[in-house]
Amino acid sequence: MSYFVVGYYALLIGASCLAAFYSKRQLFLLLFSLTLVSFIMGIVGGVPALWGVTICAGLLALAGGTSYAFREFLVIIAPREPAKELRTAPLTASFGMFVIFTYAIAGIFAPVIAPFGEAEVVSTAFAPADPQMLLGADQLGRDLFSRLVFGARNTVGIALLATLLAFLMGAVAGLLAATKGGWFDQLLGRIADVIMSIPSLIFALLMLSIFGTNLVVIVIIIAIIYAPRVFRLTRAVAGNVVVMDYIEAAKLRGEGTWYLIRKEILPNSTAPLIAEFGLEFCFVFLLISGLSFLGLGIQPPTADWGSMVRENATLISFGEITPLIPAAAIALLTVAVNFVVDWMLFRSSGLKG
Amino acid sequence: MAPEKSVLLKIKDLKIEGYADEKWIEIVHGIDLTLHRGEVLGLIGESGAGKSTIGLAAMGFARDGCRISGGSVEFDGMELTTTPESDLRALRGSRIAYVAQSAAASFNPAHKIIDQHTEAPIHYRIKKRVSAQEDAMELYERLRLPNPKEIGFRYPHQVSGGQLQRAMTAMAMACRPDLIIFDEPTTALDVTTQIEVLAAIRDIVDQFNTAAIYITHDLAVVAQMADTIKVLLKGDEVEEAPTAEMLENPKEDYTKSLWAVRSFKRDQKQRPTDGTLPVVSVQNIDASYGDTKVLEDVSFDIYAGMTVAVVGESGSGKSTTARCITGLLPPTKGQIQFKGETLPADYRNRTKDQLRQAQMIYQMADTALNPKVKISEIIGRPARFYGGLKGTALKNRVDELLDLIELEPAKFYSRYPPELSGGQKQRIGIARALAAEPTFIICDEVTSALDQLVAEGILKLLDRLQRELGIAYMFITHDLATVRSIADEVVVMQRGKVVEQGPKDEMFTPPHHPYTDLLLSSVPEMDPNWLTTLLEERGVDNVGEAAEV
Repeated sequence: MSYFVVGYYALLIGASCLAAFYSKRQLFLLLFSLTLVSFIMGIVGGVPALWGVTICAGLLALAGGTSYAFREFLVIIAPREPAKELRTAPLTASFGMFVIFTYAIAGIFAPVIAPFGEAEVVSTAFAPADPQMLLGADQLGRDLFSRLVFGARNTVGIALLATLLAFLMGAVAGLLAATKGGWFDQLLGRIADVIMSIPSLIFALLMLSIFGTNLVVIVIIIAIIYAPRVFRLTRAVAGNVVVMDYIEAAKLRGEGTWYLIRKEILPNSTAPLIAEFGLEFCFVFLLISGLSFLGLGIQPPTADWGSMVRENATLISFGEITPLIPAAAIALLTVAVNFVVDWMLFRSSGLKG
Repeated sequence: MAPEKSVLLKIKDLKIEGYADEKWIEIVHGIDLTLHRGEVLGLIGESGAGKSTIGLAAMGFARDGCRISGGSVEFDGMELTTTPESDLRALRGSRIAYVAQSAAASFNPAHKIIDQHTEAPIHYRIKKRVSAQEDAMELYERLRLPNPKEIGFRYPHQVSGGQLQRAMTAMAMACRPDLIIFDEPTTALDVTTQIEVLAAIRDIVDQFNTAAIYITHDLAVVAQMADTIKVLLKGDEVEEAPTAEMLENPKEDYTKSLWAVRSFKRDQKQRPTDGTLPVVSVQNIDASYGDTKVLEDVSFDIYAGMTVAVVGESGSGKSTTARCITGLLPPTKGQIQFKGETLPADYRNRTKDQLRQAQMIYQMADTALNPKVKISEIIGRPARFYGGLKGTALKNRVDELLDLIELEPAKFYSRYPPELSGGQKQRIGIARALAAEPTFIICDEVTSALDQLVAEGILKLLDRLQRELGIAYMFITHDLATVRSIADEVVVMQRGKVVEQGPKDEMFTPPHHPYTDLLLSSVPEMDPNWLTTLLEERGVDNVGEAAEV
């Protein structure tokens, strides 16, 4: 019995007793069941298993603490109205915001942060990690960490651009369809149906092999694939707004379509659209990574997380986690965005407890 | 009246708090209430007086965001504030029932009426399904619903609003409760339908000797229904007295002001005789939604500075006429003339100036004002759009308009509609119409969603504006009290046709068209015996048919 094991159990049991004393029911149940599970894990897995639990708990606590601090920070620096909203954000949402913030910093300041160039060969293939190369080298001897940082810029940047374009097209079409109605609405609706009926990956592969794989084509194709979904949502949301009396009043005043959309309809449909933006961003991001993995997305030597997974995939047979690092970067961003989106959806749906 | 009736419900010093802006605020400040078996108590007051909250508290229930913070509610010897929720649930529906304002929203549209009716008796094991259904049919018959044997097997959308409200009253009776709480059961109905429901409710309460709390803001209605009336204001009791005494001799000033609301009346104006053209002239218009014809040969004139009230029950084509005038629904035949010149049928073909001249004020101020736009922009937009005002001139104009509708400019200038009360929103709606400097305004049921005191304020404001600015009003309403107070001329519509029209005084003196007569006699009066007398006159059995005329 090492000091660590004794301390581990003493801490858990002490904390459970405290929770029970202050009648924090849920906390007590959590802590005490963790104690009981640790008994079994300690017997089966020995000290390393307990270390594992401790590290996990530590990471969780760190993430929680960071999220809390980040939220307080945002509340303080934000102006009064947004600050009031931010105060209602759950920890998961502020964790999401923190991660997005980190990615944004990494993307914007990539050349400053990365120790080596994007395509610079600095070592032998698959060289192990050392103090200069934090995550080792890839199959050509390029620094993995540097490529990861540059990848944030490329992959996230393109996803953002494609999503924005998809939103611009989809939202404008949806708003016009809802406002104009009639045959115009029908026409746009059927076009959207046609695009949505083609499987998106196959459509992307087809278009990329016709037009060649350059960045502009990728962005436009992805925007076309995702615009119909935005169109449908916008049209549905705007459809509920268009029937309001204030729209009728504006129409009777003789206002043009553009004014109606900009001043009367859009401000009343932003909440669901912002939430949808977050969701679509994740899908677009995954599609780009998927295309890169298939070799049709962003072309080498440009760093991109999807293709980095593919290029290093062979390493997985040797028990190395290197190919999983860019994959984890993708997963973390997706989870983070969804945390934020969940919060926004919760707010816009009015499900306030 | 029996000399000693046992007490059924005793509420003592009831305090209820509501949660707003992250703190609890007391909204009901210590109400006492005693209700005997078989007695009907009327609770009246304007919105926000706490009527519904007290009604629900009588069932030991507090809405989300509310809590009962003090006092006691004793129902038949049982203290409801301390009874566990599971026991309360057993009580509700079986011994205490609740009838909500909108039956259409309270019935589940996916189930047949009778299945919803029998749910409670079967659940509480009071009756088996078959006997519960037979009982339901018997209740339907007593409430004079047509086809009592079959109507229950329809879905809620297949019966009319008045029938649904009666079916809901029948449902409340399903377990023969000791107490029923009626929360504005007739507010959403028009006068002719209201009579049927009122008569039905009164009969059934008498027959089963049920106690009832009747919540409403309509004094004339409560006068028909209640034995005792309690007046509430902002969570406090103003006074309580037996109905007859309360009507004849109200003690408190607030009660008197409520009574006085219906007395607002202004002098009737005459049509100009010097041959000036009417501002708006509706000439023989027909209109239809798809294949359904909704208007047939409608004609009337509106002269400058005068108010023409268009009355009729729902579905009579009042609002459709307004849509034709504004050009939202181009008429299939006939034409609309504006100061002698024919207007294009579709609003999209009208000039900016033609659009400016005719403005509209809507029934629901909630949906008529964009919730995301500041008041200054809502009012300022028409002034900028039509008048081309900018900068300081625009700000001055908005301030002037806010002054005109009696709202303080500095306070309201940069607020958003959801921050305002119903009456204030309606005033903003009026200001928006005025900002265009129109010669003609359509008021579509502008007061029907408001309390009487607030509605009175709006009517007075509209009247003042008419005198100062000489605007012509087309006043769409189903409330004849409003017509009596503000109209110069009346157009009575039924099923898309004009059945009678003329100056107000003529319209309110016999002889009437039979339909006008029905409408007029259906308006509740402040006489406790009004309903009884009316039903006797019409013959109790044909109340239902009378409305079908």
